[in-house]
Parts: sequence; structure tokens; C-alpha cells
Amino acid sequence: MLESLGGQIFNGLVSGAFYAMLSLGLAIIFGLLRIVNFAHGTMYMLGAFVAYIGAQSLGLNFWVALVASPIVVAIVGIVLERTLLSRLYKLDVLYNLLLTFGITLFIEDAMRLKFGMQGSPYVIPNQLEGVLNLGFMIYPTYRVFVIVASLVVCIATWLLIEKTSLGATLRAATENPGLVRAFGINVPALITGVFGFGCALAAFAGVLAAPVNNVAPLMGDDIIIPTFAVVVIGGMGSILGSIVTGFLVGVVVALGAFFYPPISGTLIYILMAFVLLVKPTGLFGTLEGSR
Amino acid sequence: MLSSGQANPSGKADYLGLGLLILGLALPWILYPVLATNIIVWALFAVGFNLLLGYTGLLSFGHAMFFGGASYITGIVILHAHLPTPLALLVGVAFSVVLAYIVGVLSIRTQGIYFAMITLAIAQVVYFAVTVFIGWTGGENGLQGVPRGTFFGIPLENDRMMYYAWLLIAIIVVAFVKRVIHSPFGQVLKAIRENEQRARSLGYNVDHYKLMAFILSAAVSGLAGGMLVVHQHFTVMDSVDWRTSGEVVMMTLLGGMGTVYGPVIGAAFYLLLSDRLAVLVNAPGVVIGSIFVLTILLFRRGIVGEIIGRLDARRARGSQEA
Repeated sequence: MLESLGGQIFNGLVSGAFYAMLSLGLAIIFGLLRIVNFAHGTMYMLGAFVAYIGAQSLGLNFWVALVASPIVVAIVGIVLERTLLSRLYKLDVLYNLLLTFGITLFIEDAMRLKFGMQGSPYVIPNQLEGVLNLGFMIYPTYRVFVIVASLVVCIATWLLIEKTSLGATLRAATENPGLVRAFGINVPALITGVFGFGCALAAFAGVLAAPVNNVAPLMGDDIIIPTFAVVVIGGMGSILGSIVTGFLVGVVVALGAFFYPPISGTLIYILMAFVLLVKPTGLFGTLEGSR
Repeated sequence: MLSSGQANPSGKADYLGLGLLILGLALPWILYPVLATNIIVWALFAVGFNLLLGYTGLLSFGHAMFFGGASYITGIVILHAHLPTPLALLVGVAFSVVLAYIVGVLSIRTQGIYFAMITLAIAQVVYFAVTVFIGWTGGENGLQGVPRGTFFGIPLENDRMMYYAWLLIAIIVVAFVKRVIHSPFGQVLKAIRENEQRARSLGYNVDHYKLMAFILSAAVSGLAGGMLVVHQHFTVMDSVDWRTSGEVVMMTLLGGMGTVYGPVIGAAFYLLLSDRLAVLVNAPGVVIGSIFVLTILLFRRGIVGEIIGRLDARRARGSQEA
């Protein structure tokens, strides 16, 4: 019982690791651009596919993919931002949500045409095969790696934003883009960079997800809507909040599924509804984010 | 908030409405009746949706829960409770109203992107419900073999009879929605769309008005969903999928949100286009995604919005010269 409960908590941390990376990317993009990137799940899917294609055609291993794939997807994101999203900044933010929705439909279907619905397996790198004895329980090595890698990336991102001068510029631009621009900082370039970085985070999560599930065109769908729920639960506008909420929600949902399996699919939304009733701005959100 | 073309000012002759009525009467002789009926059903869904997006400025990204949810409820009460078709449609509407009340209480105080994400997430619960209650919904196979029955004596198994019965409902509902839009209630909604703070400071209970608009919009969407299942004899999980929520946004935008007839024209245009293109290419997402992106980038006012905008511009020039 205790052993399997521990296993379930770790399963929760694994899904939480993905929620955290994706909601962090959404939060950063939202912070500066004020848009919700519906195509975030698509970037995650593309990240996994770049790793898969790299392995198939160029023989690139997992470790190379972990670096290369986010770069490739960041470039895709930057091109999309420059050519499409940037045209709509003067309009209501909802137009960009709809635009990224259209982009999602397009890319997913194009990938389905090319690679089929089913998807393909991606092998676990041999350094991370097998299981790890954690002292109190035994858990697959790769999944432990996912949790650690996610934590490292999330914390590094948080430090980058909170503790460096680049981060300070970024936070200032979030508060008052006009003023930051007056100081001679190229805000549009900053926006493009942030969008690319957010997409890279999603792609990094995608590469990590590739060995866990099949690499499939619709894999982004399965995660983007729960991630939106995580964002609502955590509240918009907090970087640290999105990381903590991601892991927290992963564990709570896994525990709920452990004690009452039929609820597993909907618990995250029930949690969301509950948070909305008690604290409409989300656990870490500010009023400004929700209004 | 989302600005858009003006609605037809009342008092002026409704040429567009008249034209659509004539076209509507002739439609099942131009297209095959099943496609024509599909257009009616989706047009009604889009009209309901537009009440919220176009006139209240709220973007729901979960309207499939009302449309698809009601299609399941209507189908189930016909199959298992053997209710007559008109009564079953009302049960579907009642379901949508109750669901909209619950969702509305949770979400109506939020705005913009938050509202879109919350409605999207709650709609996913309805989707899961369909997958969980397989005994009632048929799960992956969908709810099959729903008989059409009769509609106040009209035998619906005849495709053209079915079309005209549904056209009649659509005309009544569109006339009702038009009346609502031009009523004092509709004016308050538009005031909220344009400037919520101002509407609030004028003493209007903004949340109450928004909730009413949400429920009304859901009721029309639910009616359309019920009409879908009766017309098709079945409903599948696609009807509660988030893509369906996106499709109705698309239709509304394409036709012109915030215009009375825009959604009707948008739905017709969208269905005709996908019907033709489905024969040519096996990539609905690529096609729809492209239309979506192009519409938002180049054609935001939509077909009707664009026409009204040009007419207004010409009239403005004319009155300047005179």
C-alpha cells in the first residue's frame, strides 16, 4: 500500500514536471505579450518530433536532441511571432488566442498527414534505462530524470528572470513597455525572444515526453487543456507560482486517481472550479492577471 | 473589447434578412437536403454563440459543451424515454440552461483570456463525462440510431420535410435573437461590450446581464445541438470536442461577429467550403486552420461586417457631398 502510494506520488511529480514546464512557458509569454499561446501544446509536440526525426534521419541521440530540439522549435516560434502574431498586438488579445488556435489546427493536421495518427515510439537513452533504488522505493530511472531535469530547468528560468539584469529588464518591460523602450531597449526584439524562449521550454518538455509516451501528432492536445487549468489554478502573472502549481496539481491529481480512479480525468477541472469559487484570481495570481 | 461592424439599425428595411429567407426556402433544391439541414443547425449554433461573443464581448471557448452536451441529452431522452421530438429538444435546452448557470456562476466574473480558458476547461469535463458514461453515450461509437419522429405532425424522416421544419425553428429563433439584440437588454449588453466599467458605474448589474446573455446563448446552442442529433440520427464525441468550440468561433468570425446575420452566412460559407474541400484534400485541419489564420489576419470584420462597413463608408461620403 505505502509502496504503491509512493509510486503514485512520483507519477504525480512526473506529470507535474510537464505541467510546470508548460505553464511556466505560458506564464512568461503571457507576462510580456499578454497573449495565451494556444499553440503551446503544438510546440511541445514539435519538440518531441524534432527529437524523433533527428534520431531517425541523422542518428542524433537523446542528449543532443535535448539541446537541439528546443533551438529548432524556438526558431519556429520566432518565425510565427514575427510573421503572424506581431501583426495583432494592437488589437484585442483574444484575436491572438484565435490565431494560435488556427496555427494549432494547421500544424497538427500537417503532422498527421506526414506521420499518421498512431505515432512512433522513442527509445529511452541507455544511460537512463532500468530502475533506481531510492531507498524507500524503486522507481524507473528515466522518470526520476524527468523530474530532476524539469526542476533544474524551471529553477534556472526563475533565477534568470528574478536575479539577472536581463530578467530585470524583462520584468520592467512587463510592467511598462513604453518606459523601457524610452530607455533605449529594443522591446519588440525582447518580445520575440521571450516567445521563442517559451516555445523552447515547451519543446524541451516534448523531448522529455518522447520516451514516456509515443511521439504522436495529437500529443499536444492531451496536455494543453490540463495545462490551461493549471494556469487558472495557479493564477496568471506569477513565475514561481506556475512552477509550484504545476507540481502540486500533478501530485494532487495522481493521489485523487489513486484513491478514486474514475475521477482521474476530471479532478484537475474540479480543482479548478473549487479554486475559482474560493479565490478567483488563482493561488498565486494578482487581480490584474485575471481582469 | 472586440469591436465589429454595426448591426442593422432597426427601422430600416431588412433586405439581407429577406434575401436569406428566400435563399433558405430554396436551399434544399440547390444543395442536397442533408447538407442544407446541416447549415441550418450550425447557423443556429453560431447565432447563439454570437449573442455572447458579438454582443457581450465574451469569448467562450467551450460552447461545444452546450451544443454537443444537448445533442447527447436530446438523443438519450428520445432513445430511452421515447419522448416526442419537440419535447426532447426542450429537454436538451433545459440541460444547456442548467449547465450554463453552473458554468456562468463559476466563470462570469472573469474576463477575456481567463473566461476563454475556464470555459474551455469546463467543457473538457463534459467531454470526459461522455467518455465515462459509455452505457448512455456509446463512448467512441457515439449515440446511434436516434429516430427523427414527427414535429407537430410533420414527418421528419423525409429529408426535405425535416429541412423545412428546422428552417421554421431557425427563423423563429433568429427573429427572437434579433428582437433581444435591439431590446433595452441587448443595448445594455452592447454597453458592457464597449466599456464594462462604464456600464457598471451607470448602475447596471454587469455580472447579472453577462450571466443572462451566457444562459441565453447556451440555450440557443443547446437547441441547435438537439436539432443536430435528430437530423443526423446520431451524435458522436466530435460534437463535444474543443475543436467544435473553435469551429463555431470561426463561423461567427467569418460571417461577421456582432451582426445579426453574419453567423448564418459564416456557418453556410464554412460548411460549403469544407464540403467542397473534403473532396479535394484529406486534410481538414490544414484547410480550416488556414482559413482561420487568414480570416483573423485579413478579414476580421467578416463577410457581413465588411459589407456593412463599406456601405456605411459610402453613405458617410454621400452625406458629406450632399
